[in-house]
Amino acid sequence: MAQAAIELIGINKSFGAVRANRDINLEIGRGTIHGIVGENGAGKSTLMSILYGFYQADSGEIRVGGQPASIKTPNDAIALGIGMVHQHFMLVDNFTVLENVILGAESDALLKKSIAKARSELERLEREYGLEVDPDAIIEELPVGLQQRVEILKALYRGAEILILDEPTGVLTPAEADHLFRILRQLKDQGKTVVLITHKLREIMAITDTVSVMRQGTMVATRETRKTTVEELAELMVGRRVLLRVEKGEAEAGAVKLAVKNLTVRDTRGVTMVDDISFDIRAGEIVGIAGVAGNGQSELLEAISGIRRAVSGSVMLDGKPIDLTGAADPGELRDRGLAHVPEDRHHVGLVLAFEENENSILGYHDDPRYLKGPFLNIDAIRNDARDKIAKYDIRPADCRLKTANFSGGNQQKIVLAREMEQDPGVLIVGQPTRGVDVGAIEFIHKRLIAMRDQGKAVLVVSVELDEIRSLSDRILVMFAGRIVGERGSEATEGELGLLMAGIEHQEAAL
Amino acid sequence: MSTPYAKLPAWADYGLIPLINLFVAFVVAGFVVLLVGENPLRAAVILVEGAFGKGTGIAFTLFYATTFIFTGLSVAVAAHCGLFNIGTEGQAYIAGLGIAIVCLSFDSTLPWWLTFPLAIIAAAAVGALWALIPAYLQAKRGSHIVITTIMFNFIAASIMVYLLVGPLKPAASQAPQTRNFLAGAELPKLNWIIELFGAKIRSAPLNVTFLLALVMAFLVWLLIWRTKLGYEMRTYGHSPKAARYAGISETRIIITAMMISGALAGMMALNPVMGDQHNVAIDFVSGAGFVGIAVALMGRLHPFGIVLAAVLFGMLYQGGAELAFEMPAISRDMIVIIQGLVILFAGALEHMFRPYIQALFASFSPRSVGMEAVKGKGA
Repeated sequence: MAQAAIELIGINKSFGAVRANRDINLEIGRGTIHGIVGENGAGKSTLMSILYGFYQADSGEIRVGGQPASIKTPNDAIALGIGMVHQHFMLVDNFTVLENVILGAESDALLKKSIAKARSELERLEREYGLEVDPDAIIEELPVGLQQRVEILKALYRGAEILILDEPTGVLTPAEADHLFRILRQLKDQGKTVVLITHKLREIMAITDTVSVMRQGTMVATRETRKTTVEELAELMVGRRVLLRVEKGEAEAGAVKLAVKNLTVRDTRGVTMVDDISFDIRAGEIVGIAGVAGNGQSELLEAISGIRRAVSGSVMLDGKPIDLTGAADPGELRDRGLAHVPEDRHHVGLVLAFEENENSILGYHDDPRYLKGPFLNIDAIRNDARDKIAKYDIRPADCRLKTANFSGGNQQKIVLAREMEQDPGVLIVGQPTRGVDVGAIEFIHKRLIAMRDQGKAVLVVSVELDEIRSLSDRILVMFAGRIVGERGSEATEGELGLLMAGIEHQEAAL
Repeated sequence: MSTPYAKLPAWADYGLIPLINLFVAFVVAGFVVLLVGENPLRAAVILVEGAFGKGTGIAFTLFYATTFIFTGLSVAVAAHCGLFNIGTEGQAYIAGLGIAIVCLSFDSTLPWWLTFPLAIIAAAAVGALWALIPAYLQAKRGSHIVITTIMFNFIAASIMVYLLVGPLKPAASQAPQTRNFLAGAELPKLNWIIELFGAKIRSAPLNVTFLLALVMAFLVWLLIWRTKLGYEMRTYGHSPKAARYAGISETRIIITAMMISGALAGMMALNPVMGDQHNVAIDFVSGAGFVGIAVALMGRLHPFGIVLAAVLFGMLYQGGAELAFEMPAISRDMIVIIQGLVILFAGALEHMFRPYIQALFASFSPRSVGMEAVKGKGA
């Protein structure tokens, strides 16, 4: 291995009594792509935040290029040649690319000089690394893939030799992700060091040279990527064997449960997000909707579940119409057997400030089981919550705990338990496993399959193509508000990727 | 790493932190007292003795507290629904009109125990109706409730001035107020309760409205944490999106919460009008509605906390008056500064010391702050 670009020796970091990092030792070779994987809460982000100067370690040593370094602020990190591309971009939307790149690194009191200097420097960087972006484009007009390039350019402009990327592919199409990987390889060839934080094991296998696995704050293993397997990494992450692909039998599709016809939905700005969509879901099948985030899936879900008013179209639930353009209300749909697990569990599916048991009745708080006249039947609510906690293995098993204090996977289980235990005929699920750890993903997928096998109609919307492919009996691909293709579960990733990128059906078949 | 600081045990959250905030407020106020050349310790003694030292002081403190309990509850109910009702002042003021109508009509015929329930209903109804208009505008038209309720304070004040210098004023009178109520609209005093403990009371306005305030505090607790309506209000208050998802009507919940808030504000008027002055006079609310905001914040929006905070502010009012009397260098305005400091530290800077306290607790006993629970093992 080449000389170490970064060495972390005995890093410890606690938040109160939570030991987010314990005795972490890590060596990142110069000129390599080093992956760091781990479940949510394993301490990856904390470790990188220490390296980038957001936090300081309680004890331990950081060496950059063999020299002990003291990194107290992100500016220290930048001065040492460490750059970071955050999961959520830190860009000013209404500034141009160039303005964003120099932001905070203006070399002169007058902007004009800085800009001229930055422009030539940017051109050099773009040439060298294949990072083409129009320097005068406004950020909000760029697709996310290009916005991410601007983030990378920002880091390089500040002289980054070591680039940390936090979950960089979450918002990209497969094609954009491939392009990103090409860029990362080019950076590596030019001698830069790349640290890639991700939970997608396939990406680790595809691009990294070395991979380190974190679990519960400790560094459990470091492997050479070509000598390990996805199965081994998953096991190291979770601490036990996990099934990465759910096992399921053939679907036995029955009668049409939900029929959507010519549905059109606009967002709050009046932009058409769902454009004349029609599809059916039958009892006993899982229909998956694939697509890059922002192609109308969220609006489709909101419209079908009654949260957002549709502009036109008709929807039949169990053969009876629902008025989605007018009076339909999520409560009424719930009464008619349509349950909804929303994409955004933090703001929609749950009230994080509530106790767990209060969330376990959200939306069903009109049910006489939970009431005594105008009063809440606290005993019934808590007993009911305890039953669900046991049945869905929600941890910690404390129905009085604030919901914000549960991990992402357990929060999602709270929502799923609530919606599934109402025994709905139709279940609509948005991003079933976003921000959920590997162990819980397996559990959630099994539950969804079990719902299907009980003869429920299930609609799953996810930006994780793997998830769609392994769960769905039929796959619909959304692009720019339309369904651009329907495939069976045997569809390849490449085929779906082309559809998601809006490449025409005929070309995709070639 | 999303929650570096976990929750504190309830007693620290609701007891220790407000006490520390209060202590700091008094320390800073002490410096102010020092600055005008008085002894801060002696000032503190006068303040506390003035409020609690004698029976009369206690009665006055609780009389002021009664007023602040109502306005504090009013602000808290709206706040649980995510609404900032700054209109408590105006809702209480205009409710004086409802009380005036009931009292002037019935004080010669009915005994107080029949007039009082009628006046409660009238005060609550007028307060609720005054809150209904801003609530409707918020729910249906998106007009911001903070702006509209402030405006409604001015409208209420103007209407009351018009009525009190015109239609409601006895013809021969020079004073902008109604005629004095007869015995049928005078509420019994509660001073005998304090006298039971052996204290002497000269004359103090503490009256049965104090008991009504305590009952309302209990009912508000019941409403917020034990009823379906309260559950819906809290859901909307924490997350309007989650409320929409749960099928809770935005219009209905905003209007209901604001009307309850307005009704509580309206009941505040009973205390000075029927319990003390026995007439409706100009500006009888005199800022109690705004103090309610501080009381609600300091009480952490919990009825029990609000009762305690109301007593604290009652103490500042009563003790402050004594202080201004005993120490001529400390004027009425100085008292307002001290009150302002309490509001600043207990309200605006409420969370200033929280991280340190949390770190302290976490280092002593992780269990007490529920740290173990934060990371759900496995999943």
